[in-house]
Amino acid sequence: MTHSSIRLRRAALCCLMGLAATTVASGQELNLYTTREPGLIQPLIDAFTKTTGVKVNSIFVRDGLAERVAAEGTRSPADVLMTVDISGLIDLVDKGLTQPVQSAGLERAVPANLRGSKGEWFALSLRARVVYAHKDLNLTSITYEQLAEPRWKGKICTRAGQHAYNTALIAAYIAHHGEAQTEAWLQGVKTGLGRAATGGDRDGARDIMGGICDVAVANSYYVGLMRSGAGGPDQQKWGSAIKVILPTFAGGGTHVNVSGASIARNSPNRAAAVRFLEYLVSDEAQKIYAEANFEYPVKAGVAVHPLIAALGTLKVDALSLADVARHRATASKLVDKVGFDR
Amino acid sequence: MERRRASGARSWLTAAAIIAAGVLAPIAALGVAATGGSADLWTHLIAYVLPVAVRDTLVLLAGVGVLTVSIGTAMAWLVTAYDFPGRRIVDWALLLPLAVPTYIVAYAYLDILHPVGPVQTALRALLGIDSPRDFRLPDIRSMSGCIVLLSVVLYPYVYLTTRAMFLMQSANLIDVARTLGTGRGGVFMRVALPLARPAIVVGLSLVLLEALNDIGASEFLGVRTLTVSIYATWVTRSDLPGAAQMALAMLAVVLALLLMEQRARRQRRYANDAQHPRPLRPHRLRVHRAAAALAASVIPIAGGFLIPAAYLVDETLARIRFAGVSAAVWTETLNTVVLSLLATVFTLAAGVTVAYAVRVGQGGWPPALARLAALGYAVPGTVLAIGVLPVVTSIERITDAVLGPLWGVSGGLFLLGSGAAVVYAYTVRFLALASGGAESGFSRVSPALDDAARMLGAGTAERLRRIHLPLARPALATAALLVFVDCMKELPATLLLRPLGVETLATHLYGEAVRGTYEEAAIVALLIVVAGLAPVIALARLSRPRAQAAPDVQAWL
Repeated sequence: MTHSSIRLRRAALCCLMGLAATTVASGQELNLYTTREPGLIQPLIDAFTKTTGVKVNSIFVRDGLAERVAAEGTRSPADVLMTVDISGLIDLVDKGLTQPVQSAGLERAVPANLRGSKGEWFALSLRARVVYAHKDLNLTSITYEQLAEPRWKGKICTRAGQHAYNTALIAAYIAHHGEAQTEAWLQGVKTGLGRAATGGDRDGARDIMGGICDVAVANSYYVGLMRSGAGGPDQQKWGSAIKVILPTFAGGGTHVNVSGASIARNSPNRAAAVRFLEYLVSDEAQKIYAEANFEYPVKAGVAVHPLIAALGTLKVDALSLADVARHRATASKLVDKVGFDR
Repeated sequence: MERRRASGARSWLTAAAIIAAGVLAPIAALGVAATGGSADLWTHLIAYVLPVAVRDTLVLLAGVGVLTVSIGTAMAWLVTAYDFPGRRIVDWALLLPLAVPTYIVAYAYLDILHPVGPVQTALRALLGIDSPRDFRLPDIRSMSGCIVLLSVVLYPYVYLTTRAMFLMQSANLIDVARTLGTGRGGVFMRVALPLARPAIVVGLSLVLLEALNDIGASEFLGVRTLTVSIYATWVTRSDLPGAAQMALAMLAVVLALLLMEQRARRQRRYANDAQHPRPLRPHRLRVHRAAAALAASVIPIAGGFLIPAAYLVDETLARIRFAGVSAAVWTETLNTVVLSLLATVFTLAAGVTVAYAVRVGQGGWPPALARLAALGYAVPGTVLAIGVLPVVTSIERITDAVLGPLWGVSGGLFLLGSGAAVVYAYTVRFLALASGGAESGFSRVSPALDDAARMLGAGTAERLRRIHLPLARPALATAALLVFVDCMKELPATLLLRPLGVETLATHLYGEAVRGTYEEAAIVALLIVVAGLAPVIALARLSRPRAQAAPDVQAWL
């Protein structure tokens, strides 16, 4: 081993130690574990730090957030656990990784059906699972049920059936219609696929523009991200190639999912963590959710972004999200059973 | 004399056993995780998942195997048996795709080949067609797309090992075949290729394990392999025991295949006159043939490197004009390089220890130890990371229990919080590359040298330092660079095990890909490729050494 490489190793070690040092929690800090992509929450974190002076250390983990927190156990530095969908939240609660919170501020801001009954989880923002259609297509309304009709054969684009966004929709379908009918429906939608069920929601818009599909099942906020130009000029073109329809269940409303958060069971900075959640449902933060992320605020009275308001009035499906989450494993199995992702 | 050898060997074997235990611990943790779980999982899997997942996995592996072996061996033969203008450059440039992670190549090509992307737009303009609805090329989000894309970035493993073999093959055998009237093509098919079988198999094993454990490209392109199914079981149905059972079952199948291959190879003898080879003299090609050879060798380089890299450069420039570069990217680059560098040092040290222990241990059970230490390479990254988690936190807990009362403070999460957990996961995952490289390097050292040094009173450590390490340097350097490049590209373990607040290039890229923003993604992807480029070029230089020091790839894996 040469001297220079030893020196390099030492420098590297120092560097790593330095990284470690910045993550040790102290009084005015809080640690956030999130399955939400860092870019989407950074504006909120920055605003919180500016308002309160509390520093937020965050780590973006996709799969295995629950496993990591569980393995860390009582020494876990995690204060707030944030996820992108309801199933993830319920999963954390079921695994005993959260703790209840009593907070008048949170209870006032978040409607009762969008939080755990004991305050184990709170929804922070909403999004709708909508239909993108080719802008010239003669279609003004559609139900989720109708997506299985033969007219859509080879014309639907969507992401993997095993992705949380789709399993939640399928789980909601089960809650409405039962397992057997859902299987038949899913089989129909599968016949409708114009390409492999994969990629992201924006690919749906791009593929409609590229002539691969006529309709795509995708999330509402991507419309804002594309059309606002936040993702660059190419995405703006994709966004203008489609029109957006808010589908409903027959006799019901539009399927929504939430991003939400819980206080970690062994949170070392609990007070700061509660303060963070309370901040996230404040008018100021809810406005950031609406303006920067194009999501629907959970708090009544906060305006949605004009690009999202233009999609039409959202009529949220009445099913309880916690009930929907309970059907997720069945939904995932149905995806396998009909071979949706093949 | 016999006693001293035994005592020196014993400490090496102990060290190797500790390393093997370190590798086995996360796999054992998976075994523990696998004991729970619902009984109906396998009924479901057998009925609906495995038939398709197994078929798709086999089709993918077969396709990638055939393509990578074809490209890898053809290119290796082309640059060793023939001489043509540009050969010196393509000789190393053929390794460049190693720097491009599969997930990057997949999304680059989706952009390039999409109906609204540059290629098809230009094609329609050429044909005078307005709408993509009237004319489209087949979608690359398919099995064949996945096979081709994985192959163009994975063939260098076969190229690397096979070329080393061709370089070492004695020209005598080739000359004999030629004097017996065999044409050049015949020599390749009937002499060079069969003799290179061990090298091809080594390269191919690396390729197949990479393809089997790939999640980035396969998932992105809509191919549901076994690894992707394991994910669905674990993530979507929160059934970790089930996922662990599947991962272990897959590991068992992989092991069985590797063992079968080794046994089959053991039946044959490759009595290559490798100690004193007279290297093959390349045959100079004339105008047309030279041009054809050059064109043929540029195709894989373009497919696996030039096109995606050019695309990334173009996108990066557009992004920089649009929004500039955030400072965070440089920190992420530093984090990536530091973690990979540390992991490379540890992996190499562990690999040398294991390989040397096998050598001084002289047969019996030590070789089995080396096989065990190489197991991590056959486990998908995320699954392995899930196994590493409890091991790491248990060590932290035990340390606290023992030292806490002494020091009066808790060490906290000193492994997860410092990045040590990531380095540990990398080491477990890529130890096979290092131990294989070290074994192949040591196999070039004549036992007579060992004996002579021992007679002069040199102990095992001194012999390692003064004889084995210097002689095995090219092989060790090759192994180190492969490990480094793989660490740079590694995503799942990094994502799960890195410290709070630390991003690497791969995790940043993944965050954007999940969001589908691709904002700074091009810049970050380009940085991954560029940072991987230097080692790959170094690798190319090292892997064409003087014949005497050429790594003997037979001992790999």
